[in-house]
Amino acid sequence: MSDSHHEIEAHTDALLPDPGLPEHHWRPTDVDPAAERRAERQVATLFGLSILCTVLFVVFYVTLRTGIQGQKFLGLGASNVALGLTLGGAFLFIGVGVIQWARKLMADVELVEERHPASSSEEDRSATLAALQAGLEESGIGRRPLIRNTLLMSMGVLVAPAVVMLRDLGPLPGDKLKHTVWAKNMRVVRDVVGTPIRPSDLEIGDLVNAEPEIIFGTDKGQNLPAGEVLEGADLQVAKAKAATVLLRMDPDDIVSQVTRNWSVDGIVAYSKICTHVGCPISLNERTTHHLLCPCHQSTFDLADSGKVLFGPAGRHLPQLPLGVDDEGYLVALSDYPEPVGPSFWERDTKSPAEVADEWSKETGK
Amino acid sequence: MSVDTSKVATSNTAAATAKKPTKVGAIAEWSDERLGLAAMGKKNLRKIFPDHWSFMLGEIALWSFVVLLISGVFLTLWFKPSMADVTYQGSYPQLRGISMSQAYASSLDISFDVRGGLLLRQMHHWAAMLFISAMMIHLLRVFFTGAHRKPRELNWVIGSLLLILGTLEGFTGYSLPDDLLSGTGVRAADGFIQAIPIVGTYIGFFLFGGEFPGDSIIPRLYTIHVLLIPGLLLALIAAHMLLLVYHKHTQWPGPGRKETNVVGYPMLPVYAAKAGGFFFITFGVTAIMGAILSINPVWKFGPYDPTKVTAGSQPDWYMGWPDGALRIMPGWESHFWGHTWSWNIFVPVILMPTLSWMLLTILPFLEAWITGDKREHHLLQRPRNAPTRTAFMVSLMTWYAMFWLAGGNDLIAIKLHSSINNITYALRVLVFVGPAIAFFITRRWCISLQRHDNEVLLHGYETGVIMRSAEGGYSERHLPINEAKAYAITVRDRGRVGEDDGVDAKGKTTLRDKLRTLYYDDDIQKPTVAEIEEAHAHAAHEDHALEAGHGTQAVEAEHGDPALEGGHTSH
Amino acid sequence: MVRLLNRSVGRLSRHRRGPLAGLVLLLLGLALSGGLYAAVSPSSAETAQDQAAMAAKGRQLFLVSCAFCHGQNGEGLTSRDGKLIGPSLAGVGAASVDFQVGTGRMPMVQPGVQVQKKKNIFSQTEIDELAAYVASLAPGPAIPSKADYSTDGMTDAEKQEAIVRGGQIFLTNCTACHNFTGEGGAMPRGGYAPKLLDTNPKYIYEAMLTGPQSMDSFSNGNISPEEKKDVIAYIESMRKQPGYGGFGLGNLGPVSEGLFAWIVGLGVLVGFAVWIAAHTTRTSKSKLTKKGTAQ
Repeated sequence: MSDSHHEIEAHTDALLPDPGLPEHHWRPTDVDPAAERRAERQVATLFGLSILCTVLFVVFYVTLRTGIQGQKFLGLGASNVALGLTLGGAFLFIGVGVIQWARKLMADVELVEERHPASSSEEDRSATLAALQAGLEESGIGRRPLIRNTLLMSMGVLVAPAVVMLRDLGPLPGDKLKHTVWAKNMRVVRDVVGTPIRPSDLEIGDLVNAEPEIIFGTDKGQNLPAGEVLEGADLQVAKAKAATVLLRMDPDDIVSQVTRNWSVDGIVAYSKICTHVGCPISLNERTTHHLLCPCHQSTFDLADSGKVLFGPAGRHLPQLPLGVDDEGYLVALSDYPEPVGPSFWERDTKSPAEVADEWSKETGK
Repeated sequence: MSVDTSKVATSNTAAATAKKPTKVGAIAEWSDERLGLAAMGKKNLRKIFPDHWSFMLGEIALWSFVVLLISGVFLTLWFKPSMADVTYQGSYPQLRGISMSQAYASSLDISFDVRGGLLLRQMHHWAAMLFISAMMIHLLRVFFTGAHRKPRELNWVIGSLLLILGTLEGFTGYSLPDDLLSGTGVRAADGFIQAIPIVGTYIGFFLFGGEFPGDSIIPRLYTIHVLLIPGLLLALIAAHMLLLVYHKHTQWPGPGRKETNVVGYPMLPVYAAKAGGFFFITFGVTAIMGAILSINPVWKFGPYDPTKVTAGSQPDWYMGWPDGALRIMPGWESHFWGHTWSWNIFVPVILMPTLSWMLLTILPFLEAWITGDKREHHLLQRPRNAPTRTAFMVSLMTWYAMFWLAGGNDLIAIKLHSSINNITYALRVLVFVGPAIAFFITRRWCISLQRHDNEVLLHGYETGVIMRSAEGGYSERHLPINEAKAYAITVRDRGRVGEDDGVDAKGKTTLRDKLRTLYYDDDIQKPTVAEIEEAHAHAAHEDHALEAGHGTQAVEAEHGDPALEGGHTSH
Repeated sequence: MVRLLNRSVGRLSRHRRGPLAGLVLLLLGLALSGGLYAAVSPSSAETAQDQAAMAAKGRQLFLVSCAFCHGQNGEGLTSRDGKLIGPSLAGVGAASVDFQVGTGRMPMVQPGVQVQKKKNIFSQTEIDELAAYVASLAPGPAIPSKADYSTDGMTDAEKQEAIVRGGQIFLTNCTACHNFTGEGGAMPRGGYAPKLLDTNPKYIYEAMLTGPQSMDSFSNGNISPEEKKDVIAYIESMRKQPGYGGFGLGNLGPVSEGLFAWIVGLGVLVGFAVWIAAHTTRTSKSKLTKKGTAQ
């Protein structure tokens, strides 16, 4: 059976005889001229409707406005509905018309075509092989290993410039991921409005979405000089790590000593960036002080150093040590004592107690 | 070499007669004198394509892609792929005066200040959804009917590549407007990349041009989305189509249809009309969807801000299953020597999808290895005639579906008033148990359908006419099925195909043989010739009076027949 | 066996009552008990009363409707094994009462993870009386006036500014739980953040102020009263917004969009495919050639 791939094998074991192609039956449009004309008119009408839709499209385009000044239709924006329905109709009617034409009027006798095996004929194969061999022989690549090897080497290393040029796609990570813009005595301010916070402003159960005040270009309430204000990409990068949530709890609810040490009157501050893949979290269940991330439902206990209670996060939420400055506003005592956000290979992950110990050693508090 | 006549249609072979020169003829002649297209035209203009609705699923994908190209080109005329800060002063009042990226601002402009812009955006997005879902049901159709077997394995691989590229294209596309929802997805992608061991942070910094979010990611995604991936998609689609035309389309078994022929309608005019018409229908349906069904209302999300998020943050549906895997994965991380390995991200997002996609791609080769079947196949198989294969794909679908459900676990929780924690725990188990149950049920279902086929073949179909014998027993009359249907049912392989390896040199059963046993041995084989003849004889002397065209009067007339009074009970 | 199925057979009483007798009796019973209840239940107050009198009336309502869970003096109630039946109401303020009772959440129908909204059975005057009583227990947030939450009287420019700022505050503080259009979202263990778009603005203000059940509070020191008004202005503007792109599909984002793509989009297109490839009508007539003979 060396030639089997040049033929298609018919099915083994034909159980019943092949009845052959069924007899062709005519359609009404094939035998009845009236039906035929009716079908023609039908197809032509469909094409005509398409033209009508196209015309209406242009009319609506010119007469209907978009957006807030736009007309309304059944509680929807009229422009989008009108343009879409007419454009859709224009195409749909052509499509339906062509299909009807094919189904009703075009010849629908089933035809048979013979298949050929996927492989080429034996003659073609040997001719091709012969051509290949002749070509290779004449190039001499087989006889000249020095040329062949040096060619391969030179082409192989050509990939290097392409790869090397990718180096300047971006800076090296360095230790950028380990720090945020938070610093000692930087005020905690409300997000969006940028106002600093006094502990007495907050009641038990209040959740504040907060930022460091440098995000709003101030330092102790005074505007920063233009050169130091964060803008554009730098601002977004800073926000992506510095976002913080404040929660005021009943101090008796706080479980871990570390959390208590870093709190002010039951007010605790945690990183808003989930340690799973970085979504911002502010779904706090007030009665249990469990913080839930909306992306993949990691749940953290804000009374216990942000411990993971449920979900795919592998690591507790970093806590920001809080204090009060001499004007009575809440401030950070330092930057976050550990890298915030998702884990990464170079991250030296420690337990909250270890993190607190290291922090105490560094800051002397 | 002799002229190869196998590629010429065997019908309608009368040569075209020369007529008075027409304008079209003149153009054709001018072109042919330079391009010599007549040879290709001769072969392909009347090429035969078989007709079945399930063969059109791939067309839905193809035409959706064309809609994507057209609407995409229009969108590029107005979209600005830049993350530079601008202050929005357009016509959407809720965001006027807000600082946002130019990409987002231009998306708002397209939605509110360009007539038909919102329609284009929505058509583009709906077409993307249809593109990927059509590819999936096309993949399922091809697999369930065995159209992925030789010689079409490479076409399957191309299709698998198209699926993964289409998914990436969709992800890069919906991230371009830089809105809150898709930006959250990009943030998660950054988290995934960072979790890659050793090189993760480097890849992340290179991709984003620094820390997240930076100002490079949107322009880079734009290049990938409008240039790199579409180029690859076009090339792969062209190869996919070329192979389809070369191999000719597969066909269902039936009267007149053999492995060695293809029965259907010619390309010109019927098939061209149907396929072309379907393009217009796809475009039209997409436009109507864009007209009345709102999708991706970016103005409601607001511009991306790394400190904001919305409840119910999900990616588009085709990314739902890695998202689901991510949600149900327990929070496992390894900490060692000052480093962190995030298993909780590595396994569901990097390991599992890659392995699953690779498995999908090698399925034809896996099947060929298990069955040892080296023949070409151009007749399709009914899914029931390959129970293990069908069951395997159904269990893969269940695996996929469980992750999909997990991706929407918070919406399931609020709509069905249940605990999101319990849903997550349940899905952790279902992801493994579900596919196993699906495999078992599907396989047994296919085997019982095979049994039913044999019943029908041997004993005819149930007519609903109940007869009562003299002793009082009830039985139902059966009539033989028509010739065409009987023939179609019997066109299948019997027993194992391909070379039988049996045991290996050491006399132990190989893994391959165990898999072959699983694949084949529970199948109900079609009847033998002897069984068919016996059944026909048995039926003929009883029920010939009830053949089509005779009414119940004929049955009453037969009451005198002693064979009938014997009370044929169906079995 | 058949006898049991025909019990009335042989019974004389079967003919004594008309077929509607049972129904009439039921209606009579309902009317009687309803009427009795109406007669003995506390009557509604007159409009002009001073605070203490209102609080006194409120106490009467409280004892009937609330004391079972919250204690005779609103001090809260715990079961013997330490489970909380009803929290203390000292300090929750009139605003809490107005919210909880006004939205029908309280009195709570049955214990559960989260209080469900239901139809409110108290009149506004009764709610005010209850609120006055609870406010008398300890100082707490007061019911806001219309000026606190309504944008009436603002110029267009002021309204525009309020809506924009409110949107940013909403997206920062609220969407994480309530979703980008306030459609609601899931919380742990069966809890949820409810829909906002069809909520009365006064209740939105009060919910922000008091932090009902599991919701955090956004006291006036957290989100100032002006900022609360901005948020409400934004929510109102979203409620009035037309569906620019069509029907909102539940405003739930990609999940519902995906379902529509599969069911509606693919469904319609596969339906067209089935039509395209379907057999057309056949006739048994034969075709006449130009010469008039059958083919």
